[in-house]
Amino acid sequence: MRPRSVVPIIYILFLLLPIYWLVAMSFKTTNEILGGFSLFPQEWTLDNYREIFTDPTWYWGYINSILYVTINTVISLAAALPAAYAFSRYRFLGDKHLFFWLLTNRMAPAAVFALPFFQLYSAVGLFDTHLAVALAHCLFNIPLAVWILEGFMSGVPKELDETAYVDGYSFPRFFATIFIPTIKAGVGVAAFFCFMFSWVELLLAKTLTAVEAKPIAATMTRTASSAGYELGLLAAAGVLTIIPGAIVIYFVRNYIAKGFALGRV
Amino acid sequence: MKTENQRGWLFVLPVLLLVAFNALIPLMTVVNYSVQETFGNNQFFWHGLGWFEDILRSERFHAALGRQLFFTFTILAIEIPLGVIIALAMPRKGFWVPVCLVLMALPMLIPWNVVGSMWNIFTLPEIGLLGYFLNDVLGVNYDMTQQPVAAWITIIVMDVWHWTSLVVLLAYAGLVSIPDAYYQAAKIDGASNWSVFRYIQLPKMKRVLTIAILLRFMDSFNIYTEPFTLTGGGPGNSTTLLSIDLVKIALGQFDLGPAAAMSLIYFAITLAVSWLFYTLMTKDEQ
Repeated sequence: MRPRSVVPIIYILFLLLPIYWLVAMSFKTTNEILGGFSLFPQEWTLDNYREIFTDPTWYWGYINSILYVTINTVISLAAALPAAYAFSRYRFLGDKHLFFWLLTNRMAPAAVFALPFFQLYSAVGLFDTHLAVALAHCLFNIPLAVWILEGFMSGVPKELDETAYVDGYSFPRFFATIFIPTIKAGVGVAAFFCFMFSWVELLLAKTLTAVEAKPIAATMTRTASSAGYELGLLAAAGVLTIIPGAIVIYFVRNYIAKGFALGRV
Repeated sequence: MKTENQRGWLFVLPVLLLVAFNALIPLMTVVNYSVQETFGNNQFFWHGLGWFEDILRSERFHAALGRQLFFTFTILAIEIPLGVIIALAMPRKGFWVPVCLVLMALPMLIPWNVVGSMWNIFTLPEIGLLGYFLNDVLGVNYDMTQQPVAAWITIIVMDVWHWTSLVVLLAYAGLVSIPDAYYQAAKIDGASNWSVFRYIQLPKMKRVLTIAILLRFMDSFNIYTEPFTLTGGGPGNSTTLLSIDLVKIALGQFDLGPAAAMSLIYFAITLAVSWLFYTLMTKDEQ
């Protein structure tokens, strides 16, 4: 082991400590948590997890979150694919301004938009539906998806398009059967980032839902404040929110940086 | 070379409609509120730029803005150099690379309120691992619900924990794109480690670091959920950042006019600084 490996090791330990503590808490009984400090759970219990998996308000929180995240990812990608193609292949009136305008939406503080979003989605009758949250998250996910896909598409030589036209492909057929498979890594990364930013966002998701589409994050905050101090339960719910991210991240591990660099490394 | 083709607009149309629906309508609502006064009952009166003047003069806004700037610049000053140092120390190839990348990316995939709750549980005195260690092992008196300094240190450490990996991943991506030939040439010239960093690695990382600073600026300037879950803006108002203050005014006190004016000023600041970075970032592309 080289001496400088110490730096990443210490850093990763620092990252894992709070996560370890959350996991440890989730296996403790409330009595043990409030009774004093213990580094490992003394009496292992699965009660916290059992409660989440048997209580509909809890497990529906997860289902709601997964539903709107999925809808959002599908809408974002479907809209972003042709747009990214246009930005990477064509020059058209105002394209550069449009590109920056898209990015500005990634900068808008969610707090600024919380109330107007509530009014807008109430007015169009979508309040408390999965679609409302999915559409609202498009605000920052579509610009992100366009940026990432544009980066990947610009790496594909233009000759590919031209050869396909010479071979008699129509545009939709070329796009669906040749072009998208060519940049499938980019599509995967864009999907991952849409999933991720929709999954971690709380403020808009909470503002736009009440009962029917309430996300897990909102269930957690309401539990934290109302039901006294059920730390074990809160910790178990937290651990369960980490799992989906931990699973999908493995598949995009080599592309994470490229995604964050908006396809521009 | 790109071809001139107005068909581009057709392709961009769905994106335009979806984003405009979400961005322009709420923005116009905010603009609308920002120039009106209301006494309830849905009756509104023209108030001109009064709210803007009030906000720009209000000490409460200055204080929140000051705290926000302090927070953003502190985390940038820590996360950017730290991220570069970690990226430089990471192995370039082999079994450990994907393991490092996955473990480092983990904090970024945790919902923001869970990040706040997790750090809350982690730092509780007597019960939390860190709180217990500081109070009972090291004998430091630490309670973030009572001491403003402790609350500040905690939210800064939390943000460093949450987002330094973003800088690491970007810097690392810049580093691995450097061909081996550069290092060999430097070795033949007898370049020191510092010269290699200064003249080979840093220039190659310039672009990704600009993106890292841009993203970290935007996200930390807009931060809401994590500090709100952790400290609730307290103790007192000591960690009430801009977003937290804004939500207090808009949803807590329902002062729509001042909240809207504050939103626009807030958005304008973010926009101006981000535009600066964006211009720097795209300058090299042309």
